[in-house]
Amino acid sequence: MSRFDKDWVRRNGVYVALALLLLVNIVITDNFVSAGTLRLQLIQVAPVLLVALGMALVIGTEGIDLSVGAVMAIAAALVPLYIGYGTVVSLLIAVASGAVTGVLAGVLVAKVGVQPIIATLGIMVAGRGLANVFGGEIKSIRDDGMVELGSGDVLGIPYVVLIAAVVAALAWFLVRRSTYGRQLVAIGGNKRAAELAGLPVKRVLITTYVICGLLAALAGVLMAARSQASDPTKLGLLVELSAITAVVIGGTPLSGGQVRIAGTIAGALLMQLITATLIFHDIPDSTAQVAQAVIVVAAVYVQLGRKKSRKKVTT
Amino acid sequence: MTTTPTATRARVARSVQRQGALVILVIAVVASTFAFDSFGTTGNLTNIALQASFLAVVALGMTFVIMTGGIDLSVGSVFALGGVLAAWGAQYGTWAAILLPLVVCGAIGLVQGLIIARGGLPPFIVTLAGLLFARGVLLLISDEGATTYKVPPDSAFRELAQGSFLGIGYPIWIVVVAFGIGALVLHRTTYGSTVLAIGGQEDAADLMGLPVVRAKVLTYLASGLLAGFGGLLIASYTSSGVTVLGVGMELEVISAVVLGGTLLTGGAGTILGTLVGVLLLQVIKNVINQVGSLNSNWQAVVSGTILLIVVTLQRWLSRQVK
Repeated sequence: MSRFDKDWVRRNGVYVALALLLLVNIVITDNFVSAGTLRLQLIQVAPVLLVALGMALVIGTEGIDLSVGAVMAIAAALVPLYIGYGTVVSLLIAVASGAVTGVLAGVLVAKVGVQPIIATLGIMVAGRGLANVFGGEIKSIRDDGMVELGSGDVLGIPYVVLIAAVVAALAWFLVRRSTYGRQLVAIGGNKRAAELAGLPVKRVLITTYVICGLLAALAGVLMAARSQASDPTKLGLLVELSAITAVVIGGTPLSGGQVRIAGTIAGALLMQLITATLIFHDIPDSTAQVAQAVIVVAAVYVQLGRKKSRKKVTT
Repeated sequence: MTTTPTATRARVARSVQRQGALVILVIAVVASTFAFDSFGTTGNLTNIALQASFLAVVALGMTFVIMTGGIDLSVGSVFALGGVLAAWGAQYGTWAAILLPLVVCGAIGLVQGLIIARGGLPPFIVTLAGLLFARGVLLLISDEGATTYKVPPDSAFRELAQGSFLGIGYPIWIVVVAFGIGALVLHRTTYGSTVLAIGGQEDAADLMGLPVVRAKVLTYLASGLLAGFGGLLIASYTSSGVTVLGVGMELEVISAVVLGGTLLTGGAGTILGTLVGVLLLQVIKNVINQVGSLNSNWQAVVSGTILLIVVTLQRWLSRQVK
């Protein structure tokens, strides 16, 4: 393949794969083409998409955020604790917890200079513990507002899907149309050059981790609201991996300097559809995981195309 | 010129940076011995060492991986897979119990290494896929996790982790020997210097004609083998293959290596440091168990916080050195 073809595959492979898999399902899966199936798939993908959008921004800065799953669990664990003060208050407190972990990650990365993977690894380990300390065992959430948020809809569109769509649009706008977005991409491309050009590197980095934390916390609250329970041990487990995969197969390089929002959405949908396809056809978890592993490597291989020289991390 | 205050400060900072985890470990052990009567007993200390040994074996492999500037997220799953294969193989004899997990886990490591070194894919993604793959295979051979294989009561395989020499359990001896070999390999072989050179500057190592690809493949192979070996040790110790083991273990192992002073950018670190990191994590767990009133979830909170403090200190100190 010529370089042009490879570049085309890297940019559009995820859409082609998604279209193909949709086609395959339309042909072989009974009852696939129905409003109910579509609705359920979109509801299930919404929280992962929220996390993936935040992750895309972080990866755009040549960073990574392993703490998102734990942040979801913390936020979900906070909901039943503060639900007594009303739906809105508990929602705000829970989502705000994502800003706190985001500031911590951002400061560690931007000011202290700790590698993103280690800073967020520490927050992930401590955060999951903290969620368990707050949340204890599984707690049910009996609050009309929360139930409505998790399961209700407006004009037939579930709130969770609507929220994910609005956030996706905002993220696209941020990346493409805002100064922050241009600065983020510049920093991810070459941090040293961005610094020399006088860009507010630290502020942009911290903002990015805060956005990622807020979105993860929001996703955690939505998941808890939908299941009407918070399970600090299991909620958000391995979400960081799904989110990173969605971003990467969507065409955002791990080396930073680019953010592809549309690709991230397609990546999240593709991952969801792969899982769903396997479930539709009663393929056991074990085989599904092996299949996913192979798909991830194949997708990234196609995406990388030519071997790039590894960028060294220099402070 | 030779002993300006800056130079002295740099020297002190450098040694604290290298020995930071050891200092914290010593403080933690001494303080706990005074604080809890049950901590300093021979029984408890042996128990800590024994529990740490399973993690230590896996962390040894991870140390080499991280030194090349890579990462291996698959070790937790491979560890669990190794344990289940060992327990299953034990019904066909001790050698089956030992060789089967080593062959399978080594093969997973080898394939990961080939994809990373030859294909040029990011280690993070490849070993993430390895995590899913190994867990999938594990579920496949255990009927979706429903079957737990037992090591036959008369099997000599049990002796491997349950036996002891001079009153010290075999796993502890194994760790001592393995880390000794690891240190020799790192400091006395071409492979070892290649590993450090790759982590320092991969392109330069390549230009110098060092066998970069071979060293990277070997490193992931070793990591897979050691993770599988850790798994078979725990299967021998518990006499069964437990499918739920090893979830999140990769992060504990990475924490231990980083706590031990190996830089995640690669190129620097010590084998002994990793052992200190593993022991520190195990002591924290033990202490939190001793404080009966503390919820065991605090283990994770404390481990994570200590990791963040240590890396922050390392960063701060490395600026002092410069």
